[in-house]
Amino acid sequence: MSAPHSTSMRGATNGHVVIVGASLAGLRAAETLRQEGFTGHLTLIGDEPHEPYDRPPLSKAVLTGWLAVEHTALPQRRTLEAEWLLGVPAAALDVPNRQVHLANGRRVGFDRLLIATGTRARPWADPEQAALDGVFTLRTRIDAARLRERLVAGPKRVLVIGGGFTGSEVASVCREMGLAVTLTERSATPLAGALGQAAGTFFLVLQRQHGVDLRCDTTVMALEGDSQGKLRRARLSDGDELDVEVAVVALGSLRNTEWLQGAGLAADARGVVCDGACRVFDANAVVTDDFFVAGDVARWPHPLYDGEFLMVEHWGNAVAQAETAAHNMLANSTTRRAHTSLPAFWSNQFGVNIRSVGLPPIADTIMVTQGSVNERRVVAVYGQRGRIVAAVAVNKPRSLPAYQAMIEAHTPFPPELHAADGPAELHLLPAGFPRRGQATHDAGAMPAGAGPSSPAPVPEGEARAWRDPRVPLGAPPLE
Amino acid sequence: MRIVVDLNRCQSYGQCVYFAPTVFRFHGELQEAGLEYDYTPSDDLQTQVRWAAATCPVQAISLEDRETSTKRTTQQTQKDGGS
Repeated sequence: MSAPHSTSMRGATNGHVVIVGASLAGLRAAETLRQEGFTGHLTLIGDEPHEPYDRPPLSKAVLTGWLAVEHTALPQRRTLEAEWLLGVPAAALDVPNRQVHLANGRRVGFDRLLIATGTRARPWADPEQAALDGVFTLRTRIDAARLRERLVAGPKRVLVIGGGFTGSEVASVCREMGLAVTLTERSATPLAGALGQAAGTFFLVLQRQHGVDLRCDTTVMALEGDSQGKLRRARLSDGDELDVEVAVVALGSLRNTEWLQGAGLAADARGVVCDGACRVFDANAVVTDDFFVAGDVARWPHPLYDGEFLMVEHWGNAVAQAETAAHNMLANSTTRRAHTSLPAFWSNQFGVNIRSVGLPPIADTIMVTQGSVNERRVVAVYGQRGRIVAAVAVNKPRSLPAYQAMIEAHTPFPPELHAADGPAELHLLPAGFPRRGQATHDAGAMPAGAGPSSPAPVPEGEARAWRDPRVPLGAPPLE
Repeated sequence: MRIVVDLNRCQSYGQCVYFAPTVFRFHGELQEAGLEYDYTPSDDLQTQVRWAAATCPVQAISLEDRETSTKRTTQQTQKDGGS
C-alpha cells in the first residue's frame, strides 16, 4: 500500500517510485534513478508481457528477417532491483490516494509517479475493415512477428497506407524481399509530415526507383474482405481497385492517455502536459511535485521554439527526457534541470540513412547546403522567419553536429556556409509542410500551441475531414 | 549479453562492424547507409563486442551492467536446465 505522502519526501532518495510504461523511457528512467542514488522501492508497470525491447528495428531488421524479434531486448545498464508488473495495463490513476489501478483490479501505491505510457498505432478508421485478416498495424514486437510471417508467405501485393517513416520503411522491406507493394499517401510526397514536400520529393523519386507503386494525393476509401473475413481488395480514391492480401496501416500514432481521464491532470489526446522539468501540470495548469512524464506521451515547452509545447515521438527524446525526469524526481529546487534536448531522429530505407535534427515542421523554407541530390549524399537546412530551425542529412551522418550547434545558436537563415562540398548556387524552396493536425501525417515531432490547455491547432469546421484518413484532400497548401 | 547503440550518435565509422561482423552490419551498400545490430549477441562474442564498444569513436555502444548480465545468464541456465 501507499506510504502516506508528506512534503519531506521531495528530493529524497527513498520511498516508492512507480513508473507506468515499461518501454525505452521507463527503463532509462529506472536506470537513472538507481544511478543517481535512489535506494527506495521501484516498480515498473507495462501493458506488454515482455521486458523492455527496442522498437526501431521492428520496421527494419526484424521485418527483413535479419534480426529475430527476441533479439531486440534492451540491456539494463545499471542493476535495477525493480519490481516488474508486466502484461497488465494501468486502467486509472487515483491522485488523492496516490494509487495506480491496474486493469486486473490490483492497486499499486506510490510516493512519486513517472508516466511513460507512450503511444500506440492509430488503427484503420473503420473497425470492421480493420479486423479483416491481413490488415496490420506495426508498433509492438507481436505486430512485427505477425507481419513478418505474412510477408514470408509471399503475398501477391502488399498495400501500405501512409507514407510516413513507418510506412516508407515497411515498403522498403517489401521491395528488399521482392514483394510488389503499393503505397498510398494523402499528401503530395512521402515523409511530407516530417520533412515537408520539398524534401519529400527526393523520397518520392527514391521509392519509385526502387519499384514501389507510389500513389500520392491518394487515400484508401475501403478495404474489402471475402466470406472468410480475409482481406482481398482495396478501393482507392484514384478510382483504382487493387487485389491485396496484406495491408499495413501506417497512419501515425495515438497517445496512451485514456487511463488518466478524470484523474485531474492536464492530459488529453495530445499527451500529458508538463513543465520544462518534466513535472506534470494538473487540470488547472498548476505544476505538481510528485507526478512526472517522459517520452512519446509528454508535451512540454521547449525554450528554443518560443516556449511552444512540443510532442516528440523520437527514440532520442524518450532517452533524454526519461533521464531528466528521473533526475528531477530526486532533485530539489537548486539541482532541478530543464529538458532542452533538440529533437533528432534517423531512418534507414531504400539503402539510405536519413538523419534529422531540430524541428522541421515549423519551417517555411528549405535549401541544400552540402552534397547533391543526384549523388544521394546531401544536407539541407530548414529556416523559419530568418533563422535555422532544423537540418536533414541523407547518407551524411557526420555533418549534423555542426548544424545542431547552428540551430541552438539561432543562426540566421539562409546561413553563410563555406562547405567544400556546398552547391555553386543557393536555391531557397518552400518547405511545403501539410497543415497541422492532419491525421495521416506521421510528423514525429510537432509543436502544440502555447500553453498547457491550448486547443488543438485544427480549424474547427474542417476538423473532421482532416482527421479521417479516408478523405482525399488533394495537395495541401504550401504554408 | 545485451547491448544498445545510440543511432543518433553513431556516425558510421564502422569499427564495430570490423570487430564483430556478425553483431553489427550496415543496412545498405554504403557504409553511411545506417547501422543495424543484434541487441542480444551470444556470450561467445563478448570479447568482440567489448572491443567494438571500446573502439567506437563516438562511444555510441552501451553494454549491460555485468552484475545484471551474470544474474540473467544464471537464471536462463536454471530455466533451460529445468525444462
